Amino acid sequence: MSDKRLTFKKRLHIIKHGLRGKKLAPAFSALHTFLFTPDETTHSGAHVRVADDLKRTMNTVILALIPVLIFSFFNTGYQHFAALDAAAGTPRQLDLMGNFLTWENFWLGFTQVLPLVIVSYAIGLGIEFLFAVIKGHEVEEGYLVTGMLVPLIIPVDTPLWMLAVAVAFGVVIGKEVFGGTGMNILNPALTIRAFLFFAYPTWMSGDKVWVHDAVRLAGTPDAISGETILGALAQNAPYHYSISDMFFGFIPGSVGETSTFLILLGGLFLVFSRIASWRIMLSSVIGALVMGLVFNGIVDQGWIAEGSRFYSLMSFPFWEHLLVGGLAFGIVYMATDPVTGSQTNRGKWIYGFLIGFISVMIRVFNPAYPEGVFLAILLMNVFAPTIDHYVVRGNIKKRLKRLTSATILAGEAGGKAEQLKAETV
Amino acid sequence: MALLSKKDAKLVLDPLADNNPITIQVLGICSALAITAQLQAAVVMAISVMFVLGMGNVVISLMRNIIPSKIRIIAQLVVVAALVIIVDQVLKAFAYELSKTLSVFVGLIITNCIIMGRFEAFALGNTPWRSFLDGIGNALGYGIILVIVAFLRELLGSGTLFGIKVLGDPIAKTGVYALGYENNGFMIIPPAALIVVGIIIWVQRSRNPALIEEN
Repeated sequence: MSDKRLTFKKRLHIIKHGLRGKKLAPAFSALHTFLFTPDETTHSGAHVRVADDLKRTMNTVILALIPVLIFSFFNTGYQHFAALDAAAGTPRQLDLMGNFLTWENFWLGFTQVLPLVIVSYAIGLGIEFLFAVIKGHEVEEGYLVTGMLVPLIIPVDTPLWMLAVAVAFGVVIGKEVFGGTGMNILNPALTIRAFLFFAYPTWMSGDKVWVHDAVRLAGTPDAISGETILGALAQNAPYHYSISDMFFGFIPGSVGETSTFLILLGGLFLVFSRIASWRIMLSSVIGALVMGLVFNGIVDQGWIAEGSRFYSLMSFPFWEHLLVGGLAFGIVYMATDPVTGSQTNRGKWIYGFLIGFISVMIRVFNPAYPEGVFLAILLMNVFAPTIDHYVVRGNIKKRLKRLTSATILAGEAGGKAEQLKAETV
Repeated sequence: MALLSKKDAKLVLDPLADNNPITIQVLGICSALAITAQLQAAVVMAISVMFVLGMGNVVISLMRNIIPSKIRIIAQLVVVAALVIIVDQVLKAFAYELSKTLSVFVGLIITNCIIMGRFEAFALGNTPWRSFLDGIGNALGYGIILVIVAFLRELLGSGTLFGIKVLGDPIAKTGVYALGYENNGFMIIPPAALIVVGIIIWVQRSRNPALIEEN
């Protein structure tokens, strides 16, 4: 058995060496290293070998996304059948084993969500391969996580061709023009979502898109709808979901964003495997809570009339903001993107805090964008390098001060400090 | 091109591609972003700029020996302003609806960097005929980019060209809309123009690597 595999491995290596310098080399190499370790070793210098290369990092994030993906299959089906029941006049009572974890729900969700995943990966990886062949470098693994994130942050009925256009735009304009994986300024998955949102707003917001088939049945006698909680709040309309529904995710929303519980598990997994930054997650949560508290305070003080269009959103309990919409998903899987986020520890606190803070602010103040997380994260992506710049600059200043105030060799050190200052400022 | 000598032809043809005012000199971007949502507006804008730049270059070139260099900017501004007001009034008189679509952007031709740039860089040191050709060439280069951007934005954003529904009716669901196609709202907003111009620059420079600046 092991002998056979060895020869298979060997054969692959031989093919690889044969392709060296050819156009297709990067494409072959990408598939090859996805499953096998290359047989090349470096010959000079000292090297540190680590287990978690870029591919391992990406795979860990995908692992953390699997529960969310599987839950989304069931929820897609459940929301569809629940909406049908509600339209027929017999609203459903949630029963986890009885009418949620059913084969019927799973199959409907599976057949709806899987095409989104396939299109996302096919187009995205296709473009990555194309650029690798044109530019003659190794295929970058950056799209592995993006490709899984994209289907989870869009409404389930998004037409596949729209997704394909958006993925092509996001990968080329959001990533490749900046130099590919690791060089991008904006999170590619969010760039794709933002493109969809601004290009096809009717498919990305409103009360028709969150439940499968609602768009197709609109205007017919069988019309169904499923407003998200944030959408209902923005119109000062009532919603019928309990706190536990929100926490476990039995609510309408983008494919994978609903279950705060599973996102939390995924987040803990990422924190303990040291893939994602706990600083960003924690500070984002704090930022969202602070902004929510400010709004709750305004309501408690009676500074806002009950008839105001902001009243429902402002009086929404501050901690429940974390349970609805894409805030939890965004904080755990998007804000922590190591490429587009802040790099310094203090920078991460500022970056995360502002993401949470601005997300809730956009939710409340801009009814055109009931969900503000993706805009908040994209905005902070742009500012992350600036934040890091000032954190590093502050650190240099602090150290210079320590150098000049040192008592030993004060005169000499002072002169050196001036020289250092002249070099850095 | 028997009409023009080789040197003169270069004045007209150079700005069309290898020395394009928008994609190479990166001037006049503001109007390229603002009025390219519709092809008609873009074409009118291009013609207006061509008139102002062609005439302006000739006038400045005629006066180049009598304008004191210390106040030349003000003298240039007076010339542009006069020409722009003529264009604005003509549009208001003969194409009122269009002049409303273009709104302030006709007036803002005054501040179009391409115009002041050509006055300063060319008309002040060349004869009227050569200045006229240079003005027409640069306005053509500007116009070409405007028309390309507006073509893509109007076709993809509104499904029309010059206001004609070339892709079918989005509400009655005819033409490609019957297949599920939808207009791309992103193309209507100005950032899309920025991205389209960026892509044109990208394509142009990868076709001709000599244009890539060293950094």
